[in-house]
Amino acid sequence: MKVLETPIDPEEVRELRVGDAFYITGIIFTARDAAHEKLLGLDDGEVPFDPSKYAMFHCGPAIHRVDGEWQVVSAGPTTSIRMEIFEDDFIERFGTRIIIGKGGMGDRTLTALQKHGAVYAQYTGGAGALMANAIEKVEDVYFLDELGIPEAFWMFRVNEAGPFLVTMDSAGNSIHADVAARVQKNLEQLKREL
Amino acid sequence: MSNTSLENQLVAAIKQAVTSVTPETQEQLRAAVDTEKSDASRVQLNAILENIDVGTSESRPICQDTGTPTFFIRAGSDFPMLGQLRDTITRAVRRATTEIPLRPNAVDPITHENSNDNTGRHVPVIHWDIVDGDEAVIHVIPKGGGSENMSKLVMMTPGRGLKGVKEIVLEHVAAMEGKACPPTIIGIGLGGGSDLALQLAKKALLRPVGERHPEPEVAAMEEELLEKINRLGVGPMGVGGATTVMDVKIEYAHRHPASFPVGIVPQCWANRQTTVHVDAEGTAEVTQ
Repeated sequence: MKVLETPIDPEEVRELRVGDAFYITGIIFTARDAAHEKLLGLDDGEVPFDPSKYAMFHCGPAIHRVDGEWQVVSAGPTTSIRMEIFEDDFIERFGTRIIIGKGGMGDRTLTALQKHGAVYAQYTGGAGALMANAIEKVEDVYFLDELGIPEAFWMFRVNEAGPFLVTMDSAGNSIHADVAARVQKNLEQLKREL
Repeated sequence: MSNTSLENQLVAAIKQAVTSVTPETQEQLRAAVDTEKSDASRVQLNAILENIDVGTSESRPICQDTGTPTFFIRAGSDFPMLGQLRDTITRAVRRATTEIPLRPNAVDPITHENSNDNTGRHVPVIHWDIVDGDEAVIHVIPKGGGSENMSKLVMMTPGRGLKGVKEIVLEHVAAMEGKACPPTIIGIGLGGGSDLALQLAKKALLRPVGERHPEPEVAAMEEELLEKINRLGVGPMGVGGATTVMDVKIEYAHRHPASFPVGIVPQCWANRQTTVHVDAEGTAEVTQ
């Protein structure tokens, strides 16, 4: 079982290839559409944490406060392709090297992954209970009042969270693109059989 | 007769629904681990199974998207609590939202405001079927947004016939890739009108995974689509593989001669459903 620790070691990430599964111990931060837009709109001095050190997770958690402490109820991934319009700029500006979500991303992100030695990893859609179990503590939350619970930046301290399956790597490989091409070919064959 | 006890049972039914999947779904997912050849697809399936175990053993929602609270009701016209049923369900949804808790998923489309209690205009969503009798059966199906976003309506040219239906379904499931969280269950509604086709497609999902339509022609079409879709190769969570769907369910209504509506509603692997049976005395029992 491969466990990556944060702060992230750029060399470890660069070596990851599609099909590799890994776990993370350390800090994962959540970011959805509004969070991407928010951070990209800030001046450098206003960014409240260093996104290059941690793994980014496309996730809007189910979370509630118990006796003043935030507790994560369930935290699976959201559909990553919505963030395609922001992700290359985000990686370029903030140096984030591990992006976790579901469903894969497009060519713009794949190019940015190659340029910056980053990976996109899929966490199993819907596996929110499993992730919540790996979260030891909610370390912090940013822009909660402005963005609301699902869209805020949640900083989760995790212990062996995962498995995350690398589906897009820094060498330009994409399982999503490969599967899509194969599915289209199979579709044509199956339609001929009707 | 007690509204409180029904309300309690409805909260329990919502809780059981969001913290587990139906037994038939779980069986299929376990069987799929043996069918899948690649490490990538087995990683996804094993994470799904482990996740279900955590959710069920810890009474924790298996997915953070606890869905739109949706109910299909078959109620006798003499069921004593018929008139209060909507209010009772609404109260149960509010309580479930804080007690379980659920993610607040009801947003006003005009003001963008989240009601924060999973209720609002037309929400909880309730489909009524009024029959003879004095009992009620309430199907609880909290439906996630990811799979709901992959719903589709095609007003097909009737001349394309059932071959056209199969083409549309295959093309759409191929286009869905991993987005509806496969392995999915595909609900298909044929005929009726635009509204009924989609409603039937969703209602089709209530039939247990693995159960065929009682009419042989429809059952054969379900089986053909099941076999062909699983040869597309989308696989668990879209990483490739032999398990793209767990089942295909078809329901139909007579159609207008000029129209052939085809409604498609996918259900993610997190097939969360329970049923509440209520008798005339108000005694309620939750099953799954």
